[in-house]
Amino acid sequence: MAETISLEVLRYSPEHDAEPSFQRYDVPVHKDWVVLDALNYIKDKVDGSLTFRWSCRMGICGSCGMMVNGEPKLTCATFLSDYARDGRPVRVQPLRYFPVIRDLVVEITDFMSKLQSVKPWLIRGDEKPVSEGEYLQTPDQLDRYKQFSMCINCLLCYAACPVYGLDPVFIGPAAIALAQRYNMDSRDEGAHERMDVLAQHEGIWGCTFVGECTQVCPKHVDPAGAIQQYKLTATIERFKSFLMPRGAK
Amino acid sequence: MVKHSNEPVLWSLFSAGGVFAAFVIPVHLFLLGLAFPLGWIPAPGYQYLHALVTLPLTRIYLFALCFLALFHWAHRFRYTLYDGLQIKHLNELIFVCCYGGAIFGTALAGYLLWNFH
Amino acid sequence: MSDTRPSARYTEYHPRWYRTHVSTWWWLARWPYLKFILREISSVFVAWFVVVLLLQIRALSRGPDAYARFEHWLQNPGIVLLNLIALFFVVFHAITWFNLTPRAMVVRLRGKRVPDRWIVSANYAAWAAVSLVVAWFLVRS
Repeated sequence: MAETISLEVLRYSPEHDAEPSFQRYDVPVHKDWVVLDALNYIKDKVDGSLTFRWSCRMGICGSCGMMVNGEPKLTCATFLSDYARDGRPVRVQPLRYFPVIRDLVVEITDFMSKLQSVKPWLIRGDEKPVSEGEYLQTPDQLDRYKQFSMCINCLLCYAACPVYGLDPVFIGPAAIALAQRYNMDSRDEGAHERMDVLAQHEGIWGCTFVGECTQVCPKHVDPAGAIQQYKLTATIERFKSFLMPRGAK
Repeated sequence: MVKHSNEPVLWSLFSAGGVFAAFVIPVHLFLLGLAFPLGWIPAPGYQYLHALVTLPLTRIYLFALCFLALFHWAHRFRYTLYDGLQIKHLNELIFVCCYGGAIFGTALAGYLLWNFH
Repeated sequence: MSDTRPSARYTEYHPRWYRTHVSTWWWLARWPYLKFILREISSVFVAWFVVVLLLQIRALSRGPDAYARFEHWLQNPGIVLLNLIALFFVVFHAITWFNLTPRAMVVRLRGKRVPDRWIVSANYAAWAAVSLVVAWFLVRS
C-alpha cells in the first residue's frame, strides 16, 4: 500500500566529521505523513543516531524548523505527499544561517540573546495593585499588535533573511516583530527603552525589505511589515528629538 | 540621542525619493526617452520647453526630482553593494562614493537650474 | 544572569559547530532573492534618468542648436535601447513600491486597519493621475 520516498538528510557529527554530508534513507509514505514523521521513522527504525529537534508536532512550539528542498519549513507542517510526486529525493538540512551543532540541530543562542535585548515584556512606569483590577483593552487596541504576538520563535524568518546570513549582528525579523508586539500594546510604556537597541545600525536599519521573512512565516506574523513600520516610527522620533530636544521624551 | 545613527535621515530621503521617482519618472522617461525620439508623439518645441523650464515652479520641481531621486539611488545602491557583493571592508568607501555622488549630482542640478537662461 | 553569548572556545565537551559560508552569489539561488536584487538595481536606472534630465536642461540653456543635438543623441539606437531597459526598471520600481506601501504604512480609519488593496489601488490611481498631469505639460508644441 505504501510507496517509498527518499530523504537526503544532512548529517554532521562533530566527533568525527570535518564537514557535513548527505545520507540517503528510503521511507514509506503514508497518506498524511509529514517530514517530521519521516525523520521519526528513520530514528526509530533505521538510524537511531539521527538528531533533530521537535516537540508539539502541530505547528505551535516552533522547534522543528529545518530546510526542506532549500526552503525553511516547519517539518511538522510539511506534507511528504507534496514532494512524492516527482520522484526526486527530499533534501532535509538544518536551518540556514545558524551554526550546526549536530545533524539537524542548530545553535540559537544568538537569537535568544537578541530577543532578550529588545525586552519582550510589558514595561510600565508603575504597576497597578491587583485589587484595582485588570488593564482593560478594547478589541481595536488588541488588533494593533495581535498579528505580531503570533510569533512562535521558530526562526524560519532568520533562515530566509539574506541580511542575517551576510551580517549575523543583524537583530533579525522575529526579534523586531516581537519588540513591535510590545511597542504597539496599549498597556506598555517601554517603547523608548526598546528604541535604544532597535535604532542602531544592527537593529532595524540593516533591513532592506527583502520580504522573504514574511513569505516563510508559518504564523503570518509579517515581520517585514513590523520592521518597516518601526522604521517610520523611529524616524519620526528622531526628527521630533531633533526639533524639540527638551520637549520630546 | 547622539549615539543614534543618522540612518533615519538617509532613510527618509530614500523613501521620499522612492515615492517621487515611482510617481513621475515612468511618464517622464517614456516621453523623453521613447515617445518623443521615436516620433510616437510629437515632441514639444524648443521655445516652449525653454519657457517652461524658466518658470520658478518648474525649476523647483526639477531640482526636487533630481535631489530626491539621486539620494534614493545612493541609499539603495549602497545597501546593494554592501549585501550583494559582501564587500563590507569597503563600507566607508561605498558610503562616500554613493552619498558623495548624490551630493555632486544635486549640486550640478542646482547649478544648472539656478543659472538657467 | 551571566553572559549568554556563545563562547568561541572549543573544549572536550563543547561540540565543534559547523558554519556554512554564504556565497557571493547567494542572490542567484532563489527567484525571490533575484527579484529583490533586480528591484534594488532599478535605483541605478532612476539615477540614469537624472543624468538624462540634467543633459536636457543643459542643452536647453545652450540654445536651439545644442538642443537639436541632444534630441539627435536621444535617437541613437543604443540610447533608445538603454532608455527602454531603464523604462522597464523604473516601472518595476513603481509597481513594487506601490505594492509594498501598505505594509510599511498602516492606515487606520476609526480604529480599523484600512485593507491593503485599497491603499494599493489609491496609489495606482494617483500614479495614473500624476502621469496625465505631467503628460499634459509636456505634450505640446
